[in-house]
Amino acid sequence: MINYDKLLSENGKKIKPSGIRKFFDIAATMDNIISLSLGEPDFKTPWLIRKKGILALEKGKTQYTGNAGIFELRRAICTYMKRRFELEYSPDDTLVTVGGSEAIDLAVRAIVNPGDEVLVPEPSFVCYGPIVELAGGVAVPLITKVEDNFKLTPQAVKQAITPRTKALILPFPNNPTGAVMRRDELEKIAAVLRGTEILIVSDEIYAELTYGGERHVSIAELSEMKERTVVIGGFSKAFAMTGWRLGWACGPAPVIDLMLKIHQYAVMCSPTISQFAAITALSECDDDVKYMVEEYDVRRRLCVKIFNDMGLETFTPEGAFYVFPSIKRTGLSSQEFCEKLLKEKRIAVTPGDAFGQSGEGFIRVSCAYSVNHLLTAMKRIEEFLNETQSLC
Amino acid sequence: MRKELLNLLRVNCRLKNEELAAMLAVSTQDVEREIAALEEQNIIMGYSAVINEEKFDKNAVTAHIELKVSPQMENGYAAVAKKVGQFRQVESVQLMSGAYDLAVTVKGDNLREVALFVSERLAAMDGVLSTSTHFILERFKEKGVLFSSDDDDERSLTSP
Repeated sequence: MINYDKLLSENGKKIKPSGIRKFFDIAATMDNIISLSLGEPDFKTPWLIRKKGILALEKGKTQYTGNAGIFELRRAICTYMKRRFELEYSPDDTLVTVGGSEAIDLAVRAIVNPGDEVLVPEPSFVCYGPIVELAGGVAVPLITKVEDNFKLTPQAVKQAITPRTKALILPFPNNPTGAVMRRDELEKIAAVLRGTEILIVSDEIYAELTYGGERHVSIAELSEMKERTVVIGGFSKAFAMTGWRLGWACGPAPVIDLMLKIHQYAVMCSPTISQFAAITALSECDDDVKYMVEEYDVRRRLCVKIFNDMGLETFTPEGAFYVFPSIKRTGLSSQEFCEKLLKEKRIAVTPGDAFGQSGEGFIRVSCAYSVNHLLTAMKRIEEFLNETQSLC
Repeated sequence: MRKELLNLLRVNCRLKNEELAAMLAVSTQDVEREIAALEEQNIIMGYSAVINEEKFDKNAVTAHIELKVSPQMENGYAAVAKKVGQFRQVESVQLMSGAYDLAVTVKGDNLREVALFVSERLAAMDGVLSTSTHFILERFKEKGVLFSSDDDDERSLTSP
Protein backbone atom coordinates (compact mmCIF):
# COMPACT_ATOMS: atom_id res chain seq x y z
CA MET A 1 0.00 0.00 0.00
CA ILE A 2 1.42 3.32 -1.08
CA ASN A 3 1.82 5.96 1.58
CA TYR A 4 0.10 8.72 -0.35
CA ASP A 5 0.70 11.21 2.37
CA LYS A 6 4.41 10.75 1.84
CA LEU A 7 3.92 10.76 -1.91
CA LEU A 8 2.14 14.10 -2.09
CA SER A 9 4.14 17.32 -2.18
CA GLU A 10 4.55 19.28 1.02
CA ASN A 11 3.76 22.55 -0.73
CA GLY A 12 0.63 21.08 -2.27
CA LYS A 13 -0.59 19.64 1.00
CA LYS A 14 0.10 22.86 2.85
CA ILE A 15 -2.16 25.12 0.82
CA LYS A 16 -5.67 25.51 2.15
CA PRO A 17 -8.61 24.22 0.11
CA SER A 18 -10.74 27.05 -1.27
CA GLY A 19 -13.25 28.25 1.29
CA ILE A 20 -15.75 28.59 -1.51
CA ARG A 21 -15.46 24.97 -2.43
CA LYS A 22 -15.68 23.74 1.14
CA PHE A 23 -18.93 25.54 1.73
CA PHE A 24 -20.49 24.50 -1.55
CA ASP A 25 -19.71 20.86 -1.01
CA ILE A 26 -22.44 21.08 1.61
CA ALA A 27 -24.76 22.93 -0.77
CA ALA A 28 -24.21 20.33 -3.48
CA THR A 29 -25.82 17.65 -1.32
CA MET A 30 -29.08 19.60 -1.02
CA ASP A 31 -31.95 20.03 -3.46
CA ASN A 32 -33.80 23.16 -4.56
CA ILE A 33 -31.05 25.53 -3.58
CA ILE A 34 -31.47 29.11 -4.76
CA SER A 35 -27.96 30.28 -5.37
CA LEU A 36 -26.59 33.78 -5.15
CA SER A 37 -23.08 32.54 -5.16
CA LEU A 38 -21.85 32.24 -8.71
CA GLY A 39 -18.89 34.21 -9.93
CA GLU A 40 -19.76 33.79 -13.56
CA PRO A 41 -22.14 35.72 -15.80
CA ASP A 42 -25.70 34.43 -16.16
CA PHE A 43 -25.56 35.55 -19.79
CA LYS A 44 -24.57 33.13 -22.48
CA THR A 45 -21.62 34.08 -24.66
CA PRO A 46 -22.90 36.56 -27.30
CA TRP A 47 -24.10 34.63 -30.34
CA LEU A 48 -21.66 36.29 -32.73
CA ILE A 49 -18.74 34.94 -30.71
CA ARG A 50 -20.27 31.48 -30.51
CA LYS A 51 -20.76 31.53 -34.27
CA LYS A 52 -17.10 32.35 -34.79
CA GLY A 53 -16.24 29.38 -32.57
CA ILE A 54 -18.47 27.14 -34.68
CA LEU A 55 -16.89 28.51 -37.85
CA ALA A 56 -13.40 27.79 -36.51
CA LEU A 57 -14.48 24.20 -35.85
CA GLU A 58 -16.01 23.89 -39.32
CA LYS A 59 -12.82 25.10 -40.88
CA GLY A 60 -10.93 22.50 -38.90
CA LYS A 61 -8.97 24.90 -36.71
CA THR A 62 -8.21 22.07 -34.38
CA GLN A 63 -4.43 22.17 -34.12
CA TYR A 64 -2.10 23.78 -31.60
CA THR A 65 -1.39 27.45 -32.15
CA GLY A 66 1.91 29.19 -31.53
CA ASN A 67 2.77 29.09 -27.83
CA ALA A 68 2.01 32.76 -27.23
CA GLY A 69 -1.34 32.54 -29.04
CA ILE A 70 -2.32 33.39 -32.61
CA PHE A 71 -0.89 36.66 -33.84
CA GLU A 72 -4.25 38.13 -34.92
CA LEU A 73 -5.61 37.65 -31.43
CA ARG A 74 -2.56 39.18 -29.77
CA ARG A 75 -2.85 42.11 -32.15
CA ALA A 76 -6.57 42.41 -31.36
CA ILE A 77 -5.76 42.40 -27.64
CA CYS A 78 -3.28 45.26 -28.14
CA THR A 79 -5.77 47.27 -30.19
CA TYR A 80 -8.40 46.68 -27.56
CA MET A 81 -6.12 47.67 -24.67
CA LYS A 82 -5.30 50.90 -26.47
CA ARG A 83 -8.90 51.61 -27.43
CA ARG A 84 -10.42 50.92 -24.01
CA PHE A 85 -7.67 51.67 -21.52
CA GLU A 86 -5.04 53.82 -23.24
CA LEU A 87 -2.42 51.10 -22.81
CA GLU A 88 0.20 50.61 -25.52
CA TYR A 89 1.45 47.07 -25.97
CA SER A 90 2.78 45.17 -28.95
CA PRO A 91 1.82 41.57 -29.78
CA ASP A 92 5.31 40.57 -28.62
CA ASP A 93 4.53 41.82 -25.11
CA THR A 94 1.29 39.86 -25.09
CA LEU A 95 0.62 36.29 -24.05
CA VAL A 96 -2.68 34.47 -24.50
CA THR A 97 -3.39 32.30 -21.46
CA VAL A 98 -5.86 29.70 -20.25
CA GLY A 99 -8.09 32.20 -18.47
CA GLY A 100 -6.86 35.08 -16.36
CA SER A 101 -6.05 32.48 -13.70
CA GLU A 102 -3.19 30.95 -15.67
CA ALA A 103 -1.76 34.40 -16.28
CA ILE A 104 -1.70 35.06 -12.52
CA ASP A 105 0.01 31.73 -11.92
CA LEU A 106 2.59 32.37 -14.64
CA ALA A 107 3.36 35.90 -13.46
CA VAL A 108 3.92 34.71 -9.91
CA ARG A 109 6.01 31.71 -10.95
CA ALA A 110 8.06 33.91 -13.24
CA ILE A 111 9.30 36.08 -10.40
CA VAL A 112 9.06 34.26 -7.08
CA ASN A 113 12.06 32.49 -5.55
CA PRO A 114 11.60 30.45 -2.36
CA GLY A 115 10.98 32.78 0.54
CA ASP A 116 10.11 35.81 -1.57
CA GLU A 117 7.18 37.84 -0.39
CA VAL A 118 4.15 38.82 -2.45
CA LEU A 119 1.72 41.41 -1.13
CA VAL A 120 -1.88 40.29 -1.51
CA PRO A 121 -4.69 42.74 -0.70
CA GLU A 122 -7.64 41.12 1.08
CA PRO A 123 -10.51 40.40 0.81
CA SER A 124 -9.80 39.18 -2.68
CA PHE A 125 -10.27 36.26 -5.03
CA VAL A 126 -9.13 33.00 -3.49
CA CYS A 127 -6.29 32.03 -5.81
CA TYR A 128 -3.48 34.49 -5.10
CA GLY A 129 -2.22 33.16 -1.76
CA PRO A 130 -2.13 29.49 -2.78
CA ILE A 131 -0.44 30.30 -6.10
CA VAL A 132 2.27 32.26 -4.29
CA GLU A 133 2.74 29.45 -1.76
CA LEU A 134 2.96 26.78 -4.44
CA ALA A 135 5.75 28.80 -6.02
CA GLY A 136 7.54 28.69 -2.67
CA GLY A 137 6.76 32.31 -1.83
CA VAL A 138 5.07 33.89 1.13
CA ALA A 139 1.77 35.68 0.67
CA VAL A 140 1.59 38.78 2.86
CA PRO A 141 -2.01 39.92 3.32
CA LEU A 142 -2.78 43.64 3.05
CA ILE A 143 -6.09 44.24 4.73
CA THR A 144 -8.51 46.61 3.03
CA LYS A 145 -11.28 48.00 5.18
CA VAL A 146 -14.89 48.98 4.64
CA GLU A 147 -14.05 52.44 6.12
CA ASP A 148 -11.71 52.96 3.15
CA ASN A 149 -14.32 51.60 0.74
CA PHE A 150 -12.11 48.51 0.55
CA LYS A 151 -9.46 50.45 -1.36
CA LEU A 152 -5.80 49.71 -0.97
CA THR A 153 -3.99 52.50 0.89
CA PRO A 154 -0.38 53.55 0.19
CA GLN A 155 0.37 53.26 3.93
CA ALA A 156 -0.61 49.59 3.93
CA VAL A 157 1.70 48.90 0.99
CA LYS A 158 4.57 50.92 2.45
CA GLN A 159 4.40 49.19 5.83
CA ALA A 160 4.40 45.72 4.32
CA ILE A 161 7.39 46.17 2.03
CA THR A 162 10.54 44.33 3.13
CA PRO A 163 13.76 43.54 1.28
CA ARG A 164 12.15 40.25 0.28
CA THR A 165 9.08 41.82 -1.36
CA LYS A 166 8.93 40.75 -4.98
CA ALA A 167 5.47 41.69 -6.09
CA LEU A 168 2.18 43.37 -5.31
CA ILE A 169 -1.03 41.79 -6.53
CA LEU A 170 -3.50 44.51 -7.47
CA PRO A 171 -6.94 42.86 -7.69
CA PHE A 172 -9.18 45.73 -8.78
CA PRO A 173 -12.06 45.99 -9.64
CA ASN A 174 -12.24 43.65 -6.71
CA ASN A 175 -13.98 40.35 -6.24
CA PRO A 176 -15.68 40.14 -3.70
CA THR A 177 -15.93 43.74 -2.46
CA GLY A 178 -16.59 45.58 -5.73
CA ALA A 179 -13.99 48.19 -4.79
CA VAL A 180 -12.32 50.10 -7.60
CA MET A 181 -9.07 52.06 -7.53
CA ARG A 182 -9.49 55.41 -9.28
CA ARG A 183 -6.64 57.25 -10.95
CA ASP A 184 -5.71 59.46 -7.97
CA GLU A 185 -5.70 56.48 -5.63
CA LEU A 186 -3.49 54.50 -8.00
CA GLU A 187 -1.12 57.48 -8.22
CA LYS A 188 -0.53 57.17 -4.49
CA ILE A 189 0.27 53.46 -4.76
CA ALA A 190 2.52 54.19 -7.73
CA ALA A 191 4.40 56.78 -5.70
CA VAL A 192 5.29 54.08 -3.17
CA LEU A 193 6.49 51.64 -5.82
CA ARG A 194 8.35 53.95 -8.17
CA GLY A 195 12.07 53.30 -7.89
CA THR A 196 11.60 49.91 -6.19
CA GLU A 197 12.25 46.48 -7.69
CA ILE A 198 8.70 45.35 -7.04
CA LEU A 199 6.51 44.01 -9.83
CA ILE A 200 2.80 44.78 -9.88
CA VAL A 201 0.57 41.94 -11.00
CA SER A 202 -2.58 43.86 -11.87
CA ASP A 203 -5.52 41.49 -12.17
CA GLU A 204 -7.95 43.50 -14.29
CA ILE A 205 -10.34 40.72 -15.23
CA TYR A 206 -13.31 42.95 -14.24
CA ALA A 207 -11.99 46.05 -16.04
CA GLU A 208 -15.06 46.34 -18.27
CA LEU A 209 -17.39 46.06 -15.31
CA THR A 210 -17.06 49.44 -13.65
CA TYR A 211 -19.99 51.69 -12.92
CA GLY A 212 -20.74 55.35 -12.54
CA GLY A 213 -19.44 56.65 -15.84
CA GLU A 214 -15.71 56.72 -15.21
CA ARG A 215 -13.79 54.11 -17.12
CA HIS A 216 -11.39 51.69 -15.50
CA VAL A 217 -7.82 52.95 -15.12
CA SER A 218 -4.91 50.54 -15.11
CA ILE A 219 -1.91 51.33 -12.97
CA ALA A 220 0.24 50.55 -16.03
CA GLU A 221 -1.07 53.78 -17.55
CA LEU A 222 0.70 55.92 -14.93
CA SER A 223 4.18 57.21 -15.52
CA GLU A 224 7.04 54.71 -14.96
CA MET A 225 4.55 52.00 -14.06
CA LYS A 226 4.32 50.09 -17.33
CA GLU A 227 7.86 48.75 -16.90
CA ARG A 228 6.97 47.25 -13.52
CA THR A 229 3.45 45.97 -14.22
CA VAL A 230 1.98 42.83 -15.70
CA VAL A 231 -1.60 43.60 -16.72
CA ILE A 232 -3.90 40.60 -16.71
CA GLY A 233 -7.17 40.59 -18.60
CA GLY A 234 -9.63 37.97 -19.70
CA PHE A 235 -12.70 37.06 -21.66
CA SER A 236 -14.63 35.28 -18.94
CA LYS A 237 -16.40 38.11 -17.18
CA ALA A 238 -16.87 40.94 -19.67
CA PHE A 239 -17.69 38.70 -22.63
CA ALA A 240 -19.46 35.96 -20.66
CA MET A 241 -16.93 33.39 -21.89
CA THR A 242 -16.00 31.52 -18.69
CA GLY A 243 -16.05 28.09 -20.29
CA TRP A 244 -13.82 29.11 -23.19
CA ARG A 245 -10.91 29.46 -20.76
CA LEU A 246 -9.13 32.41 -22.25
CA GLY A 247 -7.27 35.37 -20.84
CA TRP A 248 -4.12 37.34 -21.46
CA ALA A 249 -1.13 39.04 -19.92
CA CYS A 250 0.68 42.13 -21.20
CA GLY A 251 3.89 43.34 -19.64
CA PRO A 252 7.62 43.98 -19.82
CA ALA A 253 9.29 41.67 -22.34
CA PRO A 254 11.63 39.86 -19.90
CA VAL A 255 8.73 38.91 -17.62
CA ILE A 256 6.40 37.95 -20.48
CA ASP A 257 9.18 35.88 -22.07
CA LEU A 258 9.70 33.88 -18.91
CA MET A 259 5.95 33.48 -18.48
CA LEU A 260 5.81 32.20 -22.04
CA LYS A 261 8.55 29.67 -21.31
CA ILE A 262 6.59 28.25 -18.37
CA HIS A 263 3.34 28.41 -20.35
CA GLN A 264 4.78 26.40 -23.23
CA TYR A 265 5.93 23.60 -20.91
CA ALA A 266 2.73 23.62 -18.87
CA VAL A 267 -0.03 23.93 -21.46
CA MET A 268 1.61 24.38 -24.91
CA CYS A 269 -0.97 26.95 -25.97
CA SER A 270 -4.43 28.21 -25.11
CA PRO A 271 -7.49 26.55 -26.68
CA THR A 272 -7.40 27.20 -30.43
CA ILE A 273 -11.12 27.45 -31.11
CA SER A 274 -11.51 29.88 -28.23
CA GLN A 275 -8.72 32.03 -29.63
CA PHE A 276 -10.42 32.40 -33.01
CA ALA A 277 -13.75 33.26 -31.38
CA ALA A 278 -12.06 35.75 -29.06
CA ILE A 279 -10.89 37.96 -31.92
CA THR A 280 -14.54 38.66 -32.64
CA ALA A 281 -15.23 39.35 -28.98
CA LEU A 282 -12.64 42.12 -28.86
CA SER A 283 -13.51 43.74 -32.15
CA GLU A 284 -17.24 43.33 -32.73
CA CYS A 285 -19.03 42.94 -29.44
CA ASP A 286 -18.99 46.35 -27.75
CA ASP A 287 -22.79 46.49 -27.80
CA ASP A 288 -23.12 43.12 -26.10
CA VAL A 289 -20.69 44.14 -23.39
CA LYS A 290 -22.49 47.43 -22.89
CA TYR A 291 -25.83 45.65 -22.55
CA MET A 292 -24.48 43.24 -19.93
CA VAL A 293 -22.73 45.98 -17.97
CA GLU A 294 -25.95 48.01 -17.85
CA GLU A 295 -27.81 44.96 -16.58
CA TYR A 296 -25.28 44.35 -13.79
CA ASP A 297 -25.42 48.02 -12.91
CA VAL A 298 -29.18 47.95 -12.43
CA ARG A 299 -29.01 44.77 -10.36
CA ARG A 300 -26.14 46.05 -8.27
CA ARG A 301 -28.14 49.12 -7.27
CA LEU A 302 -31.21 47.00 -6.49
CA CYS A 303 -29.20 44.60 -4.30
CA VAL A 304 -27.45 47.38 -2.40
CA LYS A 305 -30.78 49.04 -1.66
CA ILE A 306 -32.53 45.89 -0.51
CA PHE A 307 -29.70 44.73 1.74
CA ASN A 308 -29.40 48.15 3.30
CA ASP A 309 -33.18 48.20 3.83
CA MET A 310 -32.91 44.85 5.57
CA GLY A 311 -30.43 46.39 7.95
CA LEU A 312 -27.37 44.64 6.50
CA GLU A 313 -25.02 47.49 5.84
CA THR A 314 -23.80 47.23 2.27
CA PHE A 315 -21.06 49.17 0.59
CA THR A 316 -21.95 50.35 -2.93
CA PRO A 317 -19.63 48.45 -5.25
CA GLU A 318 -18.11 50.45 -8.09
CA GLY A 319 -17.04 47.44 -10.11
CA ALA A 320 -17.39 43.68 -10.71
CA PHE A 321 -20.80 42.05 -10.12
CA TYR A 322 -20.98 41.33 -6.43
CA VAL A 323 -22.30 43.05 -3.36
CA PHE A 324 -20.66 42.46 -0.01
CA PRO A 325 -23.11 43.04 2.84
CA SER A 326 -21.93 43.12 6.43
CA ILE A 327 -23.69 40.56 8.61
CA LYS A 328 -21.95 41.66 11.79
CA ARG A 329 -25.14 42.84 13.45
CA THR A 330 -26.55 39.30 13.45
CA GLY A 331 -23.77 38.24 15.80
CA LEU A 332 -23.09 35.22 13.59
CA SER A 333 -19.80 34.43 11.89
CA SER A 334 -19.80 34.38 8.09
CA GLN A 335 -19.68 30.58 8.05
CA GLU A 336 -22.47 30.27 10.62
CA PHE A 337 -24.64 32.76 8.78
CA CYS A 338 -24.19 31.03 5.44
CA GLU A 339 -24.71 27.52 6.78
CA LYS A 340 -27.82 28.55 8.70
CA LEU A 341 -29.20 30.42 5.70
CA LEU A 342 -28.54 27.43 3.50
CA LYS A 343 -30.19 24.97 5.87
CA GLU A 344 -33.17 27.09 6.85
CA LYS A 345 -33.93 28.95 3.63
CA ARG A 346 -32.04 26.99 0.98
CA ILE A 347 -30.20 30.10 -0.15
CA ALA A 348 -26.54 29.80 -1.00
CA VAL A 349 -24.34 32.87 -0.58
CA THR A 350 -20.59 32.84 -0.12
CA PRO A 351 -19.07 33.42 3.34
CA GLY A 352 -16.81 36.47 3.31
CA ASP A 353 -13.94 34.76 5.09
CA ALA A 354 -13.43 32.57 2.02
CA PHE A 355 -11.75 35.68 0.58
CA GLY A 356 -9.32 36.12 3.43
CA GLN A 357 -9.68 36.51 7.16
CA SER A 358 -10.59 40.18 6.71
CA GLY A 359 -13.76 39.09 4.90
CA GLU A 360 -15.10 37.73 8.19
CA GLY A 361 -18.39 39.39 9.06
CA PHE A 362 -19.41 39.75 5.42
CA ILE A 363 -21.15 37.67 2.79
CA ARG A 364 -20.64 37.82 -0.94
CA VAL A 365 -23.78 37.97 -3.04
CA SER A 366 -23.46 37.67 -6.79
CA CYS A 367 -25.58 39.89 -9.03
CA ALA A 368 -25.13 37.53 -11.97
CA TYR A 369 -28.79 36.49 -11.79
CA SER A 370 -32.04 37.79 -13.21
CA VAL A 371 -33.85 40.49 -11.26
CA ASN A 372 -36.67 38.10 -10.41
CA HIS A 373 -34.23 35.51 -9.11
CA LEU A 374 -32.50 38.15 -7.01
CA LEU A 375 -35.80 39.43 -5.58
CA THR A 376 -37.00 35.95 -4.63
CA ALA A 377 -33.71 35.12 -2.96
CA MET A 378 -33.42 38.41 -1.09
CA LYS A 379 -36.95 38.04 0.20
CA ARG A 380 -35.96 34.74 1.77
CA ILE A 381 -32.87 36.31 3.29
CA GLU A 382 -35.08 38.97 4.84
CA GLU A 383 -37.38 36.30 6.31
CA PHE A 384 -34.31 34.55 7.64
CA LEU A 385 -33.08 37.74 9.29
CA ASN A 386 -36.46 38.37 10.89
CA GLU A 387 -36.62 34.82 12.25
CA THR A 388 -33.01 34.86 13.46
CA GLN A 389 -33.52 38.25 15.06
CA SER A 390 -36.58 37.21 17.02
CA LEU A 391 -34.62 34.35 18.57
CA CYS A 392 -31.90 36.65 19.86
CA MET B 1 -35.01 57.38 -17.85
CA ARG B 2 -38.23 56.65 -19.73
CA LYS B 3 -36.68 54.00 -21.95
CA GLU B 4 -34.88 52.28 -19.07
CA LEU B 5 -38.02 52.35 -16.94
CA LEU B 6 -40.08 50.75 -19.71
CA ASN B 7 -37.38 48.12 -20.20
CA LEU B 8 -37.63 47.14 -16.55
CA LEU B 9 -41.44 47.11 -16.54
CA ARG B 10 -41.51 45.03 -19.70
CA VAL B 11 -39.67 42.27 -17.89
CA ASN B 12 -41.42 42.63 -14.56
CA CYS B 13 -44.23 45.09 -13.94
CA ARG B 14 -44.56 44.02 -10.33
CA LEU B 15 -41.37 45.72 -9.21
CA LYS B 16 -42.11 48.24 -6.50
CA ASN B 17 -41.57 51.90 -7.27
CA GLU B 18 -38.80 52.09 -4.71
CA GLU B 19 -37.06 49.10 -6.28
CA LEU B 20 -37.37 50.70 -9.70
CA ALA B 21 -35.99 53.92 -8.26
CA ALA B 22 -32.93 52.12 -6.86
CA MET B 23 -32.33 50.31 -10.12
CA LEU B 24 -32.54 53.52 -12.13
CA ALA B 25 -30.68 55.67 -9.60
CA VAL B 26 -33.53 58.18 -9.33
CA SER B 27 -35.97 59.06 -6.53
CA THR B 28 -39.17 57.10 -5.86
CA GLN B 29 -41.14 60.27 -6.63
CA ASP B 30 -39.48 60.46 -10.05
CA VAL B 31 -40.59 56.92 -10.80
CA GLU B 32 -44.15 57.58 -9.61
CA ARG B 33 -44.34 60.71 -11.72
CA GLU B 34 -42.95 59.03 -14.82
CA ILE B 35 -45.29 56.03 -14.55
CA ALA B 36 -48.27 58.35 -14.06
CA ALA B 37 -47.21 60.27 -17.17
CA LEU B 38 -46.77 57.09 -19.18
CA GLU B 39 -50.25 55.94 -18.18
CA GLU B 40 -51.72 59.36 -18.84
CA GLN B 41 -50.19 59.45 -22.31
CA ASN B 42 -51.50 55.95 -23.08
CA ILE B 43 -47.99 54.61 -23.52
CA ILE B 44 -48.48 52.13 -20.73
CA MET B 45 -51.85 50.59 -21.58
CA GLY B 46 -51.97 47.94 -18.88
CA TYR B 47 -50.04 45.42 -16.80
CA SER B 48 -50.46 41.76 -17.59
CA ALA B 49 -48.89 38.48 -16.52
CA VAL B 50 -46.99 36.26 -18.94
CA ILE B 51 -48.86 32.98 -18.73
CA ASN B 52 -47.99 29.62 -20.16
CA GLU B 53 -51.63 29.00 -21.10
CA GLU B 54 -51.27 25.43 -22.28
CA LYS B 55 -49.53 24.49 -19.07
CA PHE B 56 -52.32 26.02 -17.00
CA ASP B 57 -55.07 24.32 -19.00
CA LYS B 58 -54.23 21.42 -21.29
CA ASN B 59 -57.34 21.98 -23.42
CA ALA B 60 -56.91 25.71 -23.83
CA VAL B 61 -56.29 26.81 -27.38
CA THR B 62 -54.81 29.92 -28.88
CA ALA B 63 -54.94 30.60 -32.60
CA HIS B 64 -53.44 33.16 -34.90
CA ILE B 65 -55.91 34.08 -37.60
CA GLU B 66 -54.98 35.84 -40.78
CA LEU B 67 -57.84 37.96 -41.98
CA LYS B 68 -58.20 39.42 -45.42
CA VAL B 69 -60.45 42.42 -45.26
CA SER B 70 -61.86 44.83 -47.83
CA PRO B 71 -60.94 48.33 -46.71
CA GLN B 72 -63.78 50.78 -46.37
CA MET B 73 -64.06 54.35 -47.57
CA GLU B 74 -62.59 56.82 -45.10
CA ASN B 75 -62.06 54.24 -42.37
CA GLY B 76 -59.68 51.95 -44.20
CA TYR B 77 -59.18 48.81 -42.12
CA ALA B 78 -59.89 50.45 -38.79
CA ALA B 79 -63.64 49.90 -38.70
CA VAL B 80 -63.35 46.14 -39.12
CA ALA B 81 -60.34 45.94 -36.81
CA LYS B 82 -62.22 47.74 -34.04
CA LYS B 83 -65.24 45.48 -34.44
CA VAL B 84 -63.07 42.39 -34.28
CA GLY B 85 -61.46 43.74 -31.16
CA GLN B 86 -64.82 43.97 -29.40
CA PHE B 87 -65.05 40.19 -28.90
CA ARG B 88 -63.77 39.10 -25.51
CA GLN B 89 -62.25 35.98 -27.11
CA VAL B 90 -59.92 38.19 -29.15
CA GLU B 91 -56.63 38.92 -27.46
CA SER B 92 -54.97 41.07 -30.08
CA VAL B 93 -55.70 42.67 -33.42
CA GLN B 94 -52.97 44.10 -35.61
CA LEU B 95 -52.95 45.58 -39.10
CA MET B 96 -50.20 43.92 -41.10
CA SER B 97 -48.27 44.56 -44.25
CA GLY B 98 -48.01 41.70 -46.73
CA ALA B 99 -50.22 38.84 -47.81
CA TYR B 100 -53.11 39.45 -45.40
CA ASP B 101 -54.48 42.45 -43.55
CA LEU B 102 -55.38 41.75 -39.94
CA ALA B 103 -53.56 39.43 -37.57
CA VAL B 104 -55.96 38.30 -34.87
CA THR B 105 -55.14 36.24 -31.79
CA VAL B 106 -58.05 34.27 -30.41
CA LYS B 107 -58.13 32.33 -27.17
CA GLY B 108 -60.65 29.67 -26.22
CA ASP B 109 -61.20 26.84 -23.76
CA ASN B 110 -61.01 24.20 -26.47
CA LEU B 111 -60.44 23.67 -30.16
CA ARG B 112 -64.10 23.59 -31.05
CA GLU B 113 -64.84 26.85 -29.34
CA VAL B 114 -62.15 28.67 -31.31
CA ALA B 115 -63.09 27.00 -34.59
CA LEU B 116 -66.72 27.98 -34.16
CA PHE B 117 -65.80 31.50 -33.19
CA VAL B 118 -63.81 31.92 -36.38
CA SER B 119 -66.39 30.45 -38.69
CA GLU B 120 -69.47 31.98 -37.10
CA ARG B 121 -68.21 35.34 -35.91
CA LEU B 122 -65.12 36.40 -37.79
CA ALA B 123 -65.69 34.88 -41.21
CA ALA B 124 -69.26 36.04 -41.22
CA MET B 125 -68.40 39.64 -40.47
CA ASP B 126 -69.07 42.32 -43.09
CA GLY B 127 -65.88 43.30 -44.84
CA VAL B 128 -64.03 40.06 -44.00
CA LEU B 129 -63.05 38.36 -47.25
CA SER B 130 -61.27 35.29 -45.91
CA THR B 131 -59.74 33.72 -42.81
CA SER B 132 -56.83 31.39 -42.29
CA THR B 133 -56.46 29.84 -38.85
CA HIS B 134 -53.19 28.63 -37.25
CA PHE B 135 -53.26 26.95 -33.85
CA ILE B 136 -50.39 27.36 -31.42
CA LEU B 137 -48.90 23.98 -30.62
CA GLU B 138 -46.25 24.96 -28.11
CA ARG B 139 -44.87 28.18 -26.70
CA PHE B 140 -41.13 28.72 -26.57
CA LYS B 141 -40.87 32.39 -25.78
CA GLU B 142 -43.47 34.94 -24.87
CA LYS B 143 -42.90 38.64 -24.21
CA GLY B 144 -39.20 38.06 -23.80
CA VAL B 145 -39.62 35.12 -21.41
CA LEU B 146 -38.18 31.79 -22.55
CA PHE B 147 -40.48 28.86 -21.77
CA SER B 148 -38.24 25.99 -22.74
CA SER B 149 -36.23 24.27 -20.05
CA ASP B 150 -33.10 24.10 -22.23
CA ASP B 151 -32.33 27.56 -21.01
CA ASP B 152 -32.34 26.76 -17.33
CA ASP B 153 -29.31 27.89 -15.40
CA GLU B 154 -26.66 25.39 -16.37
CA ARG B 155 -23.92 26.88 -14.29
CA SER B 156 -22.51 24.50 -11.73
CA LEU B 157 -23.28 25.35 -8.13
CA THR B 158 -19.65 25.88 -7.26
CA SER B 159 -17.61 28.37 -9.14
CA PRO B 160 -15.26 31.18 -8.22
